Amino acid sequence: MSKENWFLIVIIMLLALLPLSESRFYIFLGTDILIMGLFAVSLNLLLGYTGLVSFGQAAYFGVGAYTCTLLMKKASIAFPLAFIGAAIFGAIIAFIIGFFCIRLTKIYFAMLTLAFSQIIWAIVFKWNSLTGGDNGIIGIPFPQHLDSPTRFYYFTLVIVVCSFYILRKAMDSPFGRMLTTIRENPERTEFIGINVKLFQLFAFMLSGFFAAIAGALFGIFNHSIFPDLLFWPQSAEVLIMAILGGMYSFFGPLVGAAVMLYLRMLVTSYTQYWPLIMGSILALLLFFFPGGIVGFLKSQRIFARGNR
Amino acid sequence: MHLPDPSFLLIQCLSGLTFAMFLFLIASGLSLIFGILRVLNFAHGSLYMLGAYLTYFFVSRFVDTPGQFWWAAIFGSLSVALLGGVIERFFLRQLYIREELNQLLFTYALVLLISDFAKIVWGTGQLSVSRPPLLKGAVPILDQYFPEYNIFIILLGPGIALLFWFVLHRTRWGRFIRAAALDREMLGSLGVNVNRLFTVVFTIGAWLAGLGGALVSPTAAIVPGMDVEIIINAFIVVVIGGLGSFWGTLLGSLVLGQVISFGILVLPRLSMVFIYILMAAVLILRPWGLLGKPLQR
Repeated sequence: MSKENWFLIVIIMLLALLPLSESRFYIFLGTDILIMGLFAVSLNLLLGYTGLVSFGQAAYFGVGAYTCTLLMKKASIAFPLAFIGAAIFGAIIAFIIGFFCIRLTKIYFAMLTLAFSQIIWAIVFKWNSLTGGDNGIIGIPFPQHLDSPTRFYYFTLVIVVCSFYILRKAMDSPFGRMLTTIRENPERTEFIGINVKLFQLFAFMLSGFFAAIAGALFGIFNHSIFPDLLFWPQSAEVLIMAILGGMYSFFGPLVGAAVMLYLRMLVTSYTQYWPLIMGSILALLLFFFPGGIVGFLKSQRIFARGNR
Repeated sequence: MHLPDPSFLLIQCLSGLTFAMFLFLIASGLSLIFGILRVLNFAHGSLYMLGAYLTYFFVSRFVDTPGQFWWAAIFGSLSVALLGGVIERFFLRQLYIREELNQLLFTYALVLLISDFAKIVWGTGQLSVSRPPLLKGAVPILDQYFPEYNIFIILLGPGIALLFWFVLHRTRWGRFIRAAALDREMLGSLGVNVNRLFTVVFTIGAWLAGLGGALVSPTAAIVPGMDVEIIINAFIVVVIGGLGSFWGTLLGSLVLGQVISFGILVLPRLSMVFIYILMAAVLILRPWGLLGKPLQR
């Protein structure tokens, strides 16, 4: 087994032991980081691997959260089914949006993903009878058998680790390599007879699927959902997490999510001006560490060789 | 459903037009910056907000000066222009060699910084600026009244548009700007200082945003969050009209102004959804906008 895999196993073991600390704070933070980490990694399938700057990732996250909650609350469907339903619905929405978006490039692509996510946000915001509109839905309980923060933490850990495993395998497969090829040079990939659009569309669906899983987890973790989950600053925030960690490595976005959420926890206990701090961090990052945290560490050779 | 009376419709149309003129001021700066620098400036709404806050600040400074509001608006918008110049010259410029995403994210970092800066300096409450005494009244239109100040804005909009057109098409700098939109390398090799041109363009764009904020301050509450609200509307305008297209921006503003003004009356629930659908539809069918041209390269 490679050095990196050992490293990952140690990390997973440590995460599994985290609840032994019996600290509500760390369990809360751990769950939050795992969920947002999955969200950021799902975005990075498009951003880092395929080279598509999606500015509407919050749409799938929000769709996942709302679908799971509404299926449980309004249709009284059991949690496991609602959870799977949310992920599938996220992929369907991503398919519809992606179908149109992949026709465009660069700034137009980003604008169209933004427009679509805003359409979904506006629908959720205005459809009072179904979604509760601006007030959102509050008082979402833990599902049966997962009715404590610790249990839900373990559930999240299992789901997120499985998701990462699947995604990692997918990215190391010929499919994932093809996405990277497309990122590097879409025209040339087209010339050698690859259906670029089809690969991009599939990356879109995969990304939407896992973003929706993260969203479904988040709704329950947060015990409430609001239209803000789908509003564009949420898309910007997850983009920043991915960039902060490093978009050219698989776990970069997870590292970004962890650092950002930990910092936010730390900063918000002192001051309400978190955006000021986040803006400064982002600006410093763009000017001095364009590769993000993981990119920087790699360039310093602190990380073991054999990484991606 | 009975038909609303004509005076009401007219007033609604006029308020849509007023909103369109504010949108035009902001979106034309956004579009200009994109057309020349190829940077989508997320911070444009923040510059607009800063224009409003600075006007409030200068109004409170010029208490006994005649033409208080006008001086405040001029100083407010020029301060924003100056800030824009500094941003381009010292920060944004260093990112041109990088991928587009870096420039986009840097302007987003500015959004975060400026919004908190405004909160620290001016607090989170609503602030307001009173209308200039000269335009305090209202004009009777059929059997309704419409504020004189809004009439002034509606008249000012085309004035700014004409000025803009004149600068772009009849002056030396305007020729450079149009040339830079087509081919900046060629312009540079012909001996024009493209770097300085970029700074000038960003400064003008920032000034337009600041001016929009300054002029909107007597008609709307100055609050945190006005930046995020306007920037999406400005994006919709430039997308509908065509990124980098001057007349397209005017058309986009007029369309969005009326859609918002009447949409709220006809289908209050769906008007917001409709706006984004319009934006998406234009992008799908004509990514370069109604009056724009497809991007070279």
